[in-house]
Amino acid sequence: MATPTLAEVINRSQHHGLIARITSQQIFWVFMAAVFACLALTILTDSFATERNLFNVTRNFAFVGIIALGMTAVIASGGIDLSVGSTLVISAMTVSVIMSAGMPFWLGCIAALGISLLVGAVNGVLIAYAKMPPFVVTLGMLSVARSLAMVLSDNKMIYEFGPDHDFLLWLGGGSTLGLPHPLIIMVILACLTAFAFRHLRWGQHLFAIGGNENAAVLTGIPVARIKVSVYMFSALMAGITGVLEVGWLGGVTTNLGQAMELTVIAAAVIGGANLAGGGGTAFGAVVGALLIEVIRNSLILLGISTFWQGTFVGSFIVIAVAFDRFRQRKS
Amino acid sequence: MDQQIWGVFMNVLELKNISKRYGAIQALDSVSLAIAPGEVVGLMGDNGAGKSTLVKVIAGNFAPTSGDILISDKKVAFNKPLDAQKAGIEVVYQDLAICNNLSAASNVFLGREPTRRIGPIKVVDYAFMRSKSAELFARLKSETRPRDLVHKMSGGQRQAVAIARTLLSDAKIVLMDEPTAAISVRQVAEVLNLIRQLSDQGIAVVLISHRMPDVFEVADKVVVLRRGELVADKKASQSSPEEITGLITGAIEHA
Ligand SMILES: Nc1ncnc2c1ncn2[C@@H]1O[C@H](COP(=O)(O)OP(=O)(O)OP(=O)(O)O)[C@@H](O)[C@H]1O
Ligand SMILES: [Mg+2]
Repeated sequence: MATPTLAEVINRSQHHGLIARITSQQIFWVFMAAVFACLALTILTDSFATERNLFNVTRNFAFVGIIALGMTAVIASGGIDLSVGSTLVISAMTVSVIMSAGMPFWLGCIAALGISLLVGAVNGVLIAYAKMPPFVVTLGMLSVARSLAMVLSDNKMIYEFGPDHDFLLWLGGGSTLGLPHPLIIMVILACLTAFAFRHLRWGQHLFAIGGNENAAVLTGIPVARIKVSVYMFSALMAGITGVLEVGWLGGVTTNLGQAMELTVIAAAVIGGANLAGGGGTAFGAVVGALLIEVIRNSLILLGISTFWQGTFVGSFIVIAVAFDRFRQRKS
Repeated sequence: MDQQIWGVFMNVLELKNISKRYGAIQALDSVSLAIAPGEVVGLMGDNGAGKSTLVKVIAGNFAPTSGDILISDKKVAFNKPLDAQKAGIEVVYQDLAICNNLSAASNVFLGREPTRRIGPIKVVDYAFMRSKSAELFARLKSETRPRDLVHKMSGGQRQAVAIARTLLSDAKIVLMDEPTAAISVRQVAEVLNLIRQLSDQGIAVVLISHRMPDVFEVADKVVVLRRGELVADKKASQSSPEEITGLITGAIEHA
């Protein structure tokens, strides 16, 4: 056998053709499932493929999708963030309280995102420096942040947003070129996240920490700092969603985003984020969110009680993890 | 290799009375050791004797409880692995410190990924990482492919990934924690060859191994740890596997 040139060696890898590469990804099959569900619903119901319904689906899916981007980063680094629903509401409350007091949008938005980043930083510091388990820290934060949102708003509904009222509603509820704004923002954030995962050292380090934290420490990766940044990233995504969701709903109460963490975790895990750490993609988070929203929508359209939603979301998490275990055992 | 050959009369690394405690466990007890440029030192000892601990102290993973470390006759204090790396110390860890979910190239450059600028942002330079690691694997005569996930590799290939890392910088001293455990005979010979190659370039190597033949094949000097104490520091040519075995088990008290 002739000795291969250096270039040949460099470009060799264990992957074979493009098709084999694509079909070996969980994400491909999840995407196909979502497409199939959409086709089935279009045929089975008159109401799915209407403009109004699709508009709602895409917007709802965008909210879950944005937070799932942050959750994917956390899960890929080997952690978990249960506080995203509460971060969402504290962000929503902050922007609402400030705007309803007559302040401009930009001030409310900066304050809301600032508070969200602070929530993430507290989570991150307790996890990375105090070395507390992510599950415990973010479970505590789940309670604390929502309670603070209640304190902040005196648990009243807010639906007057001062001088920039219309802008806020346009930002969260409007559309450009027929595309709902949350969807556009989700696509932009997904592209940025995908880029950061793949092309920034931050992404490399985050996946290294999730893959083998000990190795990351030994090779001098600033593990604690990266972890803090990952929880801040997750909180920022939840904070952005909070601001958008107020605009969409046109009002906010303190039960906004309740139980959302499970839906988001399910979306990330279905999209290929590995709860053991070290795996996950931005595209996967988006596709996972899409599948969940399509199925949620189908329950409504098919006249099945929405009480079943929790059963689906919970089962999805377990099935996705079981699927992952099964694949690992095979290889 | 004799230090006079290098025309310099200094040690690349010197340890003075290094001790390390883990709570009640005295993992290292006043260990003193000097290593010359290009010298290959075989570090031996029973399980739990403190070999890995000594390596981690030298590599800056944690500070010794007491004692001094000197690099090229200058006292140093390492707060983190990067400090030791900057001083020219490279390590191949016992568990290899490898991430299974990343490619071979990413693992070689773990923690020091090269970047290039695209406008205001710095992106990881994958092309350079691949070509440079392919070159290093070629130097190691390893058939490891830069783009493959480490997850699917053999023990020898994983070893090559970990050793390739040490060749990235201008190391003065390479610490290897059991590099020949769990790899094939052919690859043991390759690793030993690599050690000689490093030594010829003036790089000192500390080789931790339980395999007596490997140590006697490459080492200039053999040191033995027993329950955290340094009980022997001898030229390999003036010792024998039998004597070293006695020193490890305690059948021979001191040498
Ligand atoms: N992180 C730690 N915390 C507490 N004790 C430790 C720690 N690491 C090592 N030890 C203890 O210190 C002693 C020396 O361990 P070390 O790992 O250095 O031994 P070793 O010579 O490398 O052994 P082996 O041949 O099994 O690799 C042992 O008693 C071990 O149990
Ligand atoms: Mg050891």
